[in-house]
Amino acid sequence: MFKHLKPNKIFLLTSKAPKYVLLAFIIILSIGLTEALILSPEDYKQSHSVRIMYVHVPAAWISLGTFSAITLLSLVGYIFKIRNFFLISKSLAPSGLLFNIIALVTGSIWGKPTWGTWWAWDARITSMLILAMFYLMYLVAWRIYKDDDKTFKITSIITLLGIINVPIIKYSVDWWNTLHQPASINILSKSSIHISMLYPLIIMTAAFALFSLLIFLMKYNTELIKIKNKGLDRL
Amino acid sequence: MYGRKVKLRFFFILLILLTLILSAFLILKSLEENVVYFQSPTEIQSLSEVDKKKIRVGGMVKVGSISMEVKEVKFVITDFKNDINVIYSGVVPNLFTEGKGVVAEGYLKDKNFFLATKILAKHDENYMPPEVKAALEEK
Repeated sequence: MFKHLKPNKIFLLTSKAPKYVLLAFIIILSIGLTEALILSPEDYKQSHSVRIMYVHVPAAWISLGTFSAITLLSLVGYIFKIRNFFLISKSLAPSGLLFNIIALVTGSIWGKPTWGTWWAWDARITSMLILAMFYLMYLVAWRIYKDDDKTFKITSIITLLGIINVPIIKYSVDWWNTLHQPASINILSKSSIHISMLYPLIIMTAAFALFSLLIFLMKYNTELIKIKNKGLDRL
Repeated sequence: MYGRKVKLRFFFILLILLTLILSAFLILKSLEENVVYFQSPTEIQSLSEVDKKKIRVGGMVKVGSISMEVKEVKFVITDFKNDINVIYSGVVPNLFTEGKGVVAEGYLKDKNFFLATKILAKHDENYMPPEVKAALEEK
């Protein structure tokens, strides 16, 4: 099914989408930032530095989700030889890396007033740094090889190696003693974050997801244009 | 339904994935001592010998144990089973308070005494506005 999509047809959709996504992103981000920076209460212990969390946590979620999506698409693309999936993966990676870096930097800014250190080699933080390196490897691999088949294989291998790290990031705070606190939001049990702080967090996650989508669409359109210029009419 | 090649590629990926998971598990299991950021007072008690190496001890600051003196801070780290006395001279982080998490980096004098060179406050996973905290405490 995916093999026979015409790039022209997809392009008709994806070239129009960015402006609507941008509009939605600006609206949701303004609501999110107002909630996070002004309307939400300060924390009983961290006081105002809790507001860093509204950027830190969504950024970390998006970067983990993006890497999982890239891996899934690359592996399915490899098994069924679907070229389009590799192009989608490639277009997803830059915003994943961006949010990974945002998570690391905001974490560091939060760590100084809270823990008393900018950086700690604890399991959560180190594994997040490793994820950033996998993103970087993945993006560099796309630039090295001329031959598409080779690129698809190598990038698939990188995602396969990197995906092992994802559950380690998630569960590092439960498996080992870490300086980083365990997750506050649990789907199955009661969350240990107050509802007034949960709303801005969810809105900011939606805003960041829209931003990822925007960057993805722009990157993906570039890929489609490249294909059109090569004169291929099939993905 | 699917071609032979597709099935082969599927099993190839599955095999690589299983091998990687198993290797990662074994590696992490054997490295456990180095992966943990700090040890609890109970783990310190069960050490066979006291090393000169720099280590980290973590737990809760025992309620009523902090005593600020001119040059040093003394307090007790507890995991509610065992305690360890800590002596530290320097600036403590803002969130360092009694009944909250702490990680101390430094050297063991013996199994009950720890000379800290650095104190980090550990934040827990609870986030709430001050009014809610006050209401919780009233209950």
